[in-house]
Amino acid sequence: MLTFLTYAVLVVFVAGFVWKIALYARSPAPLLIPTTPAPVTYLGVKMRLMREVVFFESLFKADKLLWALGYAFHVTMLLVLIRHIRYFFETMPPYFEEYQIIGKLAGFAMVGALALLMARRILIDRVRHISSIADHLILLLFLGIGGSGLLMDYALRPDIIAIKRAMTTLWTSPEAALSVTGPGDVLFILHLIMVAVLLLIIPFSKLMHMDGIFFSPSRNQVDNPREKRHINPWNRD
Amino acid sequence: MAHDHEVPELLDDIKTPALKPGSMGHLAPYPATEKHMKPLGFPDARVPDWEKRAVEKMGEMLKKYRSLQVYMDICVKCGACTDKCHYFLGTGDPNNMPVQRAELMRSVYRRYFTVGGRMFPGLVKARDFDEETLKQWFTYYHQCSQCRRCSVFCPYGIDTAEISMAAREIMDAIGVGHKYTAEIVNKVHDIGNNLGIPKPALSGTLQFLEDDMLENTGHEIKLPLDQEGAEVLLITPSADFFSEPHIQSLMGYAKVFHQAGISYTISSYASEAANFGMFIGSFEQKKKIAKRVAEQARALKVKRIVVGECGHAWRVAYSFWNTLNGPFDYLDPRYPVPQHICEFTHDLMQKGALTFDKEANDAYVVTMHDSCNVARASRMGSHPGGQFTIPRDLIRATCNHFVDMDEDTIHEKTLCCGGGGGLLTDELMDLRIKGAMPRVTALKRVMDEHKVNFLALICAICKAQFNKILPMYGIPMDTVGGVHQLVSNAIQLGTNKGIV
Ligand code: SF4
Ligand code: SF4
Ligand code: SF4
Repeated sequence: MLTFLTYAVLVVFVAGFVWKIALYARSPAPLLIPTTPAPVTYLGVKMRLMREVVFFESLFKADKLLWALGYAFHVTMLLVLIRHIRYFFETMPPYFEEYQIIGKLAGFAMVGALALLMARRILIDRVRHISSIADHLILLLFLGIGGSGLLMDYALRPDIIAIKRAMTTLWTSPEAALSVTGPGDVLFILHLIMVAVLLLIIPFSKLMHMDGIFFSPSRNQVDNPREKRHINPWNRD
Repeated sequence: MAHDHEVPELLDDIKTPALKPGSMGHLAPYPATEKHMKPLGFPDARVPDWEKRAVEKMGEMLKKYRSLQVYMDICVKCGACTDKCHYFLGTGDPNNMPVQRAELMRSVYRRYFTVGGRMFPGLVKARDFDEETLKQWFTYYHQCSQCRRCSVFCPYGIDTAEISMAAREIMDAIGVGHKYTAEIVNKVHDIGNNLGIPKPALSGTLQFLEDDMLENTGHEIKLPLDQEGAEVLLITPSADFFSEPHIQSLMGYAKVFHQAGISYTISSYASEAANFGMFIGSFEQKKKIAKRVAEQARALKVKRIVVGECGHAWRVAYSFWNTLNGPFDYLDPRYPVPQHICEFTHDLMQKGALTFDKEANDAYVVTMHDSCNVARASRMGSHPGGQFTIPRDLIRATCNHFVDMDEDTIHEKTLCCGGGGGLLTDELMDLRIKGAMPRVTALKRVMDEHKVNFLALICAICKAQFNKILPMYGIPMDTVGGVHQLVSNAIQLGTNKGIV
């Protein structure tokens, strides 16, 4: 049942994600509005977007503390996700063992960064003022996912082999349900449910910033209005 | 009157204020009346089913503007922009934090256009479009000068200026307009310029200025009007014809043309570079206003178009003209269309066509205010950032003493004068004074530290705003002037003439 739901969630997530991207891609950009100074070539724009995504360039200009925390969170999350690859394959190349330690450290750092981001959202009056309940809940959700992950690693280990089997054999033998034999397994189910909730809300929430950035006209347009006539799709003449 | 308004005390540095919720909630502009709304194709008064109409209009706009759709969705409320708006820095009103200004619309967007907002309005802060919401929109979307400073710092480039413009267009669509801007757009359509100067008055002024220049320089420097077959059509803000210190720059342009030996003309039909279609957020109006220029360029058979010192006007000209009324294939392809007067003068200077006597400006220690729309929404020259270097090159070529203000307040991080975006109206004076505070703080510092006594600008609105506001902060009015005012002082007439 749970395994099946997990796959259902994945379908909704992918469909929602694609739908949003299609929506952004299809909405017209009537005028050129890059925030200048902006690149004057397509290559330049690609570099600009790359710098935004890889280094959070604009955020760095804006607020060094927030940059440090946000950057730490995103990078460590990536490292943690990479570590998760091993749960999806039967055998892993030997060098992946070396990676374990990085993944583990990243897990702690991620939860730490999240806690500080949460503190920041509550302590700085300007940021508290702009936050909705949902903004706090999303952080809590991430904290819950990260915290349960750490717990599984260090305190209550679930039966990973069994979980892996149940998940990967869903289509071939759906009757191989998840067996709950210890507190670690309960923790895992909690972890999984929270990830599922996260995936479900991504396409319908601010978490769409992950692909929205590529469609933001102030960042993705080439500054060449005089050199090349930009056509407004809904006002062509 | 200065004493009617509370003028903030200047500190050594720009400080982020504590939140003062609602402190600017009382300050809305005068609403437009039937007389000004009707001719622009807007309802003459608030339509009966305005709540529904506004939401419909918002739906239309979301389909027409990717910026709006994306910006509504992806703000993560990180707060990076919260201390970046000069109106927030000056007032402490949380609704003047860019993200919160945008939230005024985003909360309505969530209510009607997202699953979360339809199902759990309390959880995600979604709200109905009702009387209270409209009141806040009208108030706070007219406390944004569309300066784009927030978009520089936002990790996703969310540009609150786009959202303000959209909000104004939605309000116009339900018959809730802003008097000052609506009136001015009407004047352009009726007469040809924002100030409403008819042709006889315009030609009289130009004549007067020609005489004045002849008397002062001994040279017959022309300000030609409606001259068919001239090489260049000069499009400049109409304030340049009538206001101080704007006129000084106009004479600067004239001297440059004269010295270079390039024929040019001003047009009475298109006697306005400003385009308040921007400020009311309407694509159609932007296009209609800009069309006058394209028509005149054809009618007067010119080969080039040069635009005078104006911030948003340059944005419209540089970024939008080609889209709105292009292609300009009937003009000389060797020159960019349009060309900024600073680019034009800079070009001539590099070709050696102009000689300057820097000592003519020795009385001045100059600093430069980068006008927002030039800095963050356009370019000069062929390289990104030319909009910063080209005017500064001109200043350095014409003056011996130049210093920049704090680097967090210039170039792309420049602080708005406080009067842009259609807010240059008396009833918003309190906002204009407070919004200017961050810029004046940075200026005051170089005045104290480096004896700066001249603030060089390339924007008609900035000039008018500072002219009024600086004296309230105890800074003399004549501190303000155009870059071409400095050019005008230093240019050597009659030497090394012409290159064309
Ligand atoms: S900086 Fe951008 S993402 Fe962050 S709160 Fe402001 S508008 Fe939202
Ligand atoms: S565009 Fe300028 S005035 Fe408007 S919210 Fe952003 S910083 Fe403030
Ligand atoms: S008036 Fe000047 S400073 Fe103010 S928004 Fe316009 S360009 Fe910027």
